Amino acid sequence: MSKEKILEKSFLLIALSSISILGLIAFFIFEQGIPLIWKIGLNSFLLGDRWFPSKESFGIFPMIVGSFWVTLGSLVVGVPLGLACAVFLCELTPPTFAMILRPMIQLLAAIPSVIYGFWGLIVLVPLIRESFGGPGLSILAGSLVLGIMILPTIISISEDSLRALPRIYKEGALSLGATHWQTIWRVLLPAARSGIVASVILGMGRAIGETMAMIMILGNAAQLPRSILDSARTLTTNIGIEMGYASGDHRQALFATGVVLFFIIMILNSLALLVSRKGKA
Amino acid sequence: MGSTSVEPFAEALAEEYMSRHPGEKIFVQGGGSSAGIQAVRTGSAEIGMSSRNLIDSEKDLIAVPIIYDAIAVIVHRENPLNDLTLDQIRKIFSAEITRWVEWGGKNHPITLVTREEGSGTREAFQKLIMGKREISLSALVQDSNGAIRQVVTDDRNAIGYISLGLVNDRVKALKIGGIEATVDNIQHQRYQIVRPFLFVFKSRPQDLAKDFLDYILSPPGQKLLVQEGLISMNPIPESKKEARR
Repeated sequence: MSKEKILEKSFLLIALSSISILGLIAFFIFEQGIPLIWKIGLNSFLLGDRWFPSKESFGIFPMIVGSFWVTLGSLVVGVPLGLACAVFLCELTPPTFAMILRPMIQLLAAIPSVIYGFWGLIVLVPLIRESFGGPGLSILAGSLVLGIMILPTIISISEDSLRALPRIYKEGALSLGATHWQTIWRVLLPAARSGIVASVILGMGRAIGETMAMIMILGNAAQLPRSILDSARTLTTNIGIEMGYASGDHRQALFATGVVLFFIIMILNSLALLVSRKGKA
Repeated sequence: MGSTSVEPFAEALAEEYMSRHPGEKIFVQGGGSSAGIQAVRTGSAEIGMSSRNLIDSEKDLIAVPIIYDAIAVIVHRENPLNDLTLDQIRKIFSAEITRWVEWGGKNHPITLVTREEGSGTREAFQKLIMGKREISLSALVQDSNGAIRQVVTDDRNAIGYISLGLVNDRVKALKIGGIEATVDNIQHQRYQIVRPFLFVFKSRPQDLAKDFLDYILSPPGQKLLVQEGLISMNPIPESKKEARR
């Protein structure tokens, strides 16, 4: 066998082993979670609104709704900010300044989530409690913090897709008499649409998956939230907060929560892939 | 390894024990009662710490109560309330009473704070106070005594429950039915919101595990726990009864 072949095979082996780890994790989650879903029925698991594991009642609908609202809230905060920032970096600022800004944005991604949570707990939560009432530990606080946490994902991928556009788009628009702003709004942003949508979906994935910071600032009440000032619990925090003491069916119900999460993330990631491929074709 | 309620006390005990017996090593780890019991079963830990009683499927293990812990119901320091009856606490935590005004207090909504499902403190609170009633789903859920104390410290409208040993002067522990949670009241069984801390073994403890357990149940070990805010209650006959199961 030639040296090249050996190298090729060993790389294949390494690649396969990392995929097999994913397979093992998936297998374990399903093996632990599926029996419980089977036992209590998919409908009453997904749509039940009472979560009392000690009384054998496992309804995760409040958590699905909680995840939905918190994620939506984070997008409302993060997408406009992130997009504006990407456009600014790409189009409106001198390259030297962008060179300073970009690493600082990357740094946002490097801050551990527990620090975001701590900041939210110390700064945002009391602020919300004093100004709007309620416990402060709320969807609003969670959305604001998550919105900031997904900024690096949205900014870097949107910026990349804006930069990848052929120069000719911009030159064409400008030479037709469009102003710089009209060019950005009517030509560049629509042309980079697929990359931007992919960045939003990946940001969503990040938001749905975030656990530590959310445990700290959402309050974790397993109720159907009625306003953004209410406390909520997401799918991930449901697992994170109860894993330590859970046993028996309760433990399996948490794995089953993981199964649901697994499907949501899979769907989101496939969507992101689909959208970005479609954009290139 | 096991319950995070027991962990700090077990750490103090292990430290003291190791300083008396140089060369012996005891490692203490948190993770939760269930995780500790699981670890004993799989053999990855010799002693499990539990702040809840064993459930039926765990009854093959041996549980020894090492000390007792009282649960205090706490409110914000500025809350004018000093005393609640068991029934009132039950109504508050099941969200039948939702505003403080009902005792002439402040006209504010009550913020309930509870531990998560599976927690030993929650199980004890459920059993000793709530009975058949559920703790309202609208209650905030925090995953440690410290986190509950923090929420109650910060939020004027909050009410929660934590281990008596962890009550500090930033929160106010309520009397229950006029009875304050003092050591005397607890030992004479006047204050009854009390639960055992268990050490869990796979089989009859031997060697180091047995020696460590004996030390904890001996007067110096008990004294150390009492200094940490726990309550000793003639634990030795109790432990023999439990160990026979």
